[in-house]
Amino acid sequence: MGKVFKKPEALSDVHTHYCPGCTHGIIHRLIAEVIDELGIRENTVGVAPVGCAVLIYDYFTLDFQESAHGRAPAMATGIKRVRPDLMVFTYQGDGDMASIGISEIIHAANRGEKFTSIFVNNAVYGMTGGQMAPTTLPGQRTTTSPEGRNVDEVGMPIRMAELLSSLATPGYIARHSVTSPKYINRTKKAIKKAFQYQMENRCFSLIEVISTCPTNWGMTPVEALKWAEDEMLQFYQLGEYKTPE
Amino acid sequence: MGKVLMKGNEAIGEAAIRAGCLNYFAYPITPQSEIAEYLSRRLPESGGVYLQGESEVAVSYMIFGAAGCGERVFTSSSSPGISLMSEGLSYIAGAELPCVFVNIMRGGPGLGGILPSQADYFQATKGGGHGDYHLMVLAPDSVQEAVDMVMESFRLAEKYRNPVMIIGDGLIGQMMEPVAFRDELKSEPLNKDVWASNGMSTRNSKTPNLVKSLFLSPEQLNAHNLKLKAKYEQMAREDLRFETYNMDADYKALIVSFGTMSRVCRTAIDDLKEEGIDVAMLRPQTVFPFPEKAIYDAALKKECKIVLSIEMNMGQMVEDVERSVKGQRPVEWYGKCGGEIPTPEEIQELVKSRL
Ligand SMILES: Cc1ncc(C[n+]2csc(CCOP(=O)(O)OP(=O)(O)O)c2C)c(N)n1
Ligand code: SF4
Repeated sequence: MGKVFKKPEALSDVHTHYCPGCTHGIIHRLIAEVIDELGIRENTVGVAPVGCAVLIYDYFTLDFQESAHGRAPAMATGIKRVRPDLMVFTYQGDGDMASIGISEIIHAANRGEKFTSIFVNNAVYGMTGGQMAPTTLPGQRTTTSPEGRNVDEVGMPIRMAELLSSLATPGYIARHSVTSPKYINRTKKAIKKAFQYQMENRCFSLIEVISTCPTNWGMTPVEALKWAEDEMLQFYQLGEYKTPE
Repeated sequence: MGKVLMKGNEAIGEAAIRAGCLNYFAYPITPQSEIAEYLSRRLPESGGVYLQGESEVAVSYMIFGAAGCGERVFTSSSSPGISLMSEGLSYIAGAELPCVFVNIMRGGPGLGGILPSQADYFQATKGGGHGDYHLMVLAPDSVQEAVDMVMESFRLAEKYRNPVMIIGDGLIGQMMEPVAFRDELKSEPLNKDVWASNGMSTRNSKTPNLVKSLFLSPEQLNAHNLKLKAKYEQMAREDLRFETYNMDADYKALIVSFGTMSRVCRTAIDDLKEEGIDVAMLRPQTVFPFPEKAIYDAALKKECKIVLSIEMNMGQMVEDVERSVKGQRPVEWYGKCGGEIPTPEEIQELVKSRL
């Protein structure tokens, strides 16, 4: 019998530094599978964020450039404009994209840059120890919102998929989740579709992925998956927000 | 090739194209927006990339991404814009990417003014962004030299895999002068297959390339910084540039001045000579690396009593001049800013009052 389950070629054969139960690893795997299936590994350049995924280039067997915090969409723009034949993607957390880098992502999306962004929304700043993010839910406790996010003071969480969908420029924008096998399959399909739109030189694409941070949420991996489904999916509804058709 | 009359900003844009740089990203700001306007027309017709970014912050990373692919790329801005690009410059220098930044300086701090200035000397030569890094910095004194330096800057950026900045005061950008374009750039092998992150198939390789500035281990980061330091020292050995004026005379004072300011100083030196007073000038063409030894040697000539650093700012390069002279002669700064430029008469008075 042949192997039925193997490591995608686009993934390196190493252990990651992610915490047990962190879903960054699942998202990496989905991207790698899509890259393998589309046969684009040798023609792809990834842009690494500043956040827990800063070392993403150690986990993929393809070219990467490492950005400053939030600037990945500008860097991807530079790459894609001078080398439109390359496949380019950014991988960014919610602090990276929705806070410090919100200008870069809005303008890249609005110019209709032909790259793909994978936006990992775990409702906190993971890398720096669980501070409040622009995506932290109302009332959610973090190390910098010890009493829970007070929306009177800091406003409501930002829904990136909705916000970017409001732009008049065509794009492919969807929100998915990796909190259950059913959702994981849908996420993979959406990532594939995003890359396909890019291959066809159609439009900017962004897949927001609801992800967990058990460490900074102070939960077990299983509790974290349940909290994400019960709480986050209420506020962050899954689905396709925009298609280029 | 014959000469054409061109405005400095447009000539700078044209020089980049002649140097084979067909990629330009920028954000408009006075007094250099003509560079973007010129290139927004010229680049598309030359098959190049022109893009107006949403901010100078974004532009600096567009430059990073393009340079990270091993493509020739440049941008231009003016002082407040360069402040915003300084984050990117630190990352670009850390990642060792060749690219060119033109700063047509205006007065500061803050919004300052829009008139010519040399107030970004510190920013250009000492940092701007964080960390132990240096740009190579060239300072032209004419439109012709700006054109030559733009072409040369790509060779230097590629030789050192380091960002090069050209600092021209607003006059260089706004002035019209006759210019001749050198035919083509003498470039050095870029070896980009070894480092550029441009897709493995581009270079027929099975090994990924990674462009980054992160080195988490202290040993690696220290080694990386030592490597950068060695590059800066090599620049000083191999690509230091300066020009002298009236240096053969038995001069009583030495002026150090760069860019447009040095042209005014030249006039003052000519006028003083007619009165029988000899003054020499050393004009740094590279302000990083800085011609320390040449200034030291020139200051120590027997008759030379004083060294004057004359600048369109409140005294910045004078610190490097003092460092160069090592206390062997008195060093003084004279200057004005905000668009005011010391006149030849003022400089003559200054010299006479000190001798
Ligand atoms: C300019 C700058 N400001 C702040 C930081 C510190 N910092 C590093 S990662 C990070 C937040 C990361 O959170 P997120 O983007 O949500 O990704 P995660 O770690 O949760 O995957 C911050 C604030 C930095 N590296 N650079
Ligand atoms: S801190 Fe959170 S996001 Fe970062 S690796 Fe750990 S679980 Fe994942």
